[in-house]
Amino acid sequence: MPEFDLASAPLRDLNQALHAIEPGTNDLAFDIRNPRGSHAVAVGCDAPLTVNVHGSVGYYCGGMNAQAAITVRGSAGPGVAENMMSGTVIVEGDASQYAGATGRGGLLVIKGNASSRCGISMKGIDIVVAGNVGHMSAFMAQSGNLVVLGDAGEALGDSIYEAKLFVRGKVKSLGADCEEKEMRPEHVALLENLLERAGMTDARPSEFRRYGSARKLYNFSIDNVDAY
Amino acid sequence: MSYRNPPTPPRKSATFDDASLAEIRRAAETGIYDIRGGGTKRKVPHFDDLLFLGASMSRYPLEGYRERCDTSVTLGTRFAKKPIQLKIPVTIAGMSFGALSGNAKEALGRGATLAGTSTTTGDGGMTDEERGHSDTLVYQYLPSRYGMNPKDLRRADAIEIVIGQGAKPGGGGMLLGQKISDRVAEMRTLPKGIDQRSACRHPDWTGPDDLEIKILELREITDWEKPIYIKVGGARPYYDTALAVKAGADVVVLDGMQGGTAATQDVFIEHVGQPILACIRPAVQALQDLGMHRKVQLIVSGGIRTGADVAKALALGADAVAIGTAALVAIGDNDPQWEAEYNKLGSTAGAYDDWHEGMDPAGITTQDPALAARLDPVRAGRRLANYLKVMTLEAQTIARACGHNHLHNLEPEDICALTIEAAAMARVPLAGTAWIPGQAAF
Repeated sequence: MPEFDLASAPLRDLNQALHAIEPGTNDLAFDIRNPRGSHAVAVGCDAPLTVNVHGSVGYYCGGMNAQAAITVRGSAGPGVAENMMSGTVIVEGDASQYAGATGRGGLLVIKGNASSRCGISMKGIDIVVAGNVGHMSAFMAQSGNLVVLGDAGEALGDSIYEAKLFVRGKVKSLGADCEEKEMRPEHVALLENLLERAGMTDARPSEFRRYGSARKLYNFSIDNVDAY
Repeated sequence: MSYRNPPTPPRKSATFDDASLAEIRRAAETGIYDIRGGGTKRKVPHFDDLLFLGASMSRYPLEGYRERCDTSVTLGTRFAKKPIQLKIPVTIAGMSFGALSGNAKEALGRGATLAGTSTTTGDGGMTDEERGHSDTLVYQYLPSRYGMNPKDLRRADAIEIVIGQGAKPGGGGMLLGQKISDRVAEMRTLPKGIDQRSACRHPDWTGPDDLEIKILELREITDWEKPIYIKVGGARPYYDTALAVKAGADVVVLDGMQGGTAATQDVFIEHVGQPILACIRPAVQALQDLGMHRKVQLIVSGGIRTGADVAKALALGADAVAIGTAALVAIGDNDPQWEAEYNKLGSTAGAYDDWHEGMDPAGITTQDPALAARLDPVRAGRRLANYLKVMTLEAQTIARACGHNHLHNLEPEDICALTIEAAAMARVPLAGTAWIPGQAAF
């Protein structure tokens, strides 16, 4: 199993090694030691790798990930799994701002709390947060699912498009054009699947409420000017 | 006998002129601000207010057709493993598929490739047609991140992080429902037919300290191969350029208020930002103060029309220019052949700017298949290449007349200004004097 100790190995060597994986290679598991808050750890992966990061990371860990399963055995700085395409990123601790920003696919699991703007501008990613999320989470969220087992901060789902939000705890306030929606059987099934994939089977879908777009701001109207 | 004022000819107000009155009535009628395409239409100090001095007793010119005047430019020499080599210093600015038809994007790629220069994607992602027809393609990294993906990032030749643009520094993009076709909606992951308002700030960083880390991430994803540009609108050019350098840019792109947009509020276009003439010298000063002039390249845009404009921009210290509006005109935008149709839309050739409505008779700023089919991308690409080559020849003509064997050897000392304003902005002497307004004589 390749191992990179970021206390001595340059970040560039690590990411280039992750990018250089040839199809058919068996040695797909990487251990990364001493990340010590390094930025851009394991970014741009595009192979079915298993990457274990032993410690906390800085900005953009797992950025633009495709296919790889990345686990951060610590906490993550801003923008973890930003623009993820596919694969999985698991953060065992807390995540800072913009977790999963603009993600287009794959699954991001945060076992602690996520700070503000979690899932901002998400475009198809699934995000499951065991704890709470901060203010302006799912801002301009276009597509995908955000599941929050704890509470959500102010202005959840502001200017949301077609993403689906599920919150088990309290929502401090909803943002512009975000409203509570009916939890139909297909949403229960979807949520059940998401919780199972995230390994959070002690939560029951019936405990959650669903939020989404009221679709009142999709086309400009002067009568809605106060909401813009 | 009562006194009567003698009759006087009607006099309209200079303040409440016809355009102002019409806008008040339009706002009262519709309840929405005016949205349009293009850049500022007001008259601002520009390259027309500068003149070249030419060779004389103290300098001798190069022979017009026999002595070489190089036009090549290399962009991205600071950090990138694979800098971009262009034959000419005139590039095509970012314009999105969505704002423009697929045929128009293809034409821009074809024309740029024939002329040996680059073209640029826009707020909507990269299309296969665009990549296929562009030898050198710059991929924009925008706040919306529509269509952003690592595969396109890697198949680009350079990455342009867009902080702002000259038509609307501080504003995000706008694409109204008429132009959100099935394909555009799919590329942007949006419902069809909505009025799309792009974010004005990037979603996962704020400020130059964060941007430095974002650039690190992009370089790591692309194995440090691609030049990374930072594009800013003409707002605070000295500090914006200095901070772009600090954040790690290979290239700074600076867009003045004459630079076009596909759709933005008229009030934004006309009242926010500075003319490009006012921006170039402060940006160059920032590069010089940091010891980075010619190491971090500077591309300027906003109202570039002729080879004379190119030569003037380069003489003020830019490494290259970018054109948007002029490129669209070259491929057929606002062409008088469509006058009858412009009239039906309440406009006239040369003034048509309702690009957001998607009804462009020239087939350029539309997603309507029938209108888009009017533009032949091969012929339009040829026209663009011709235009780019003419601009280059014109710039060479001036450079040779000033005694320079490379366009980059043009310098501020080759120029004087016709107006005090232009002299102050370009930091060159007012014609017939040694006076540079704003600078101490000694």
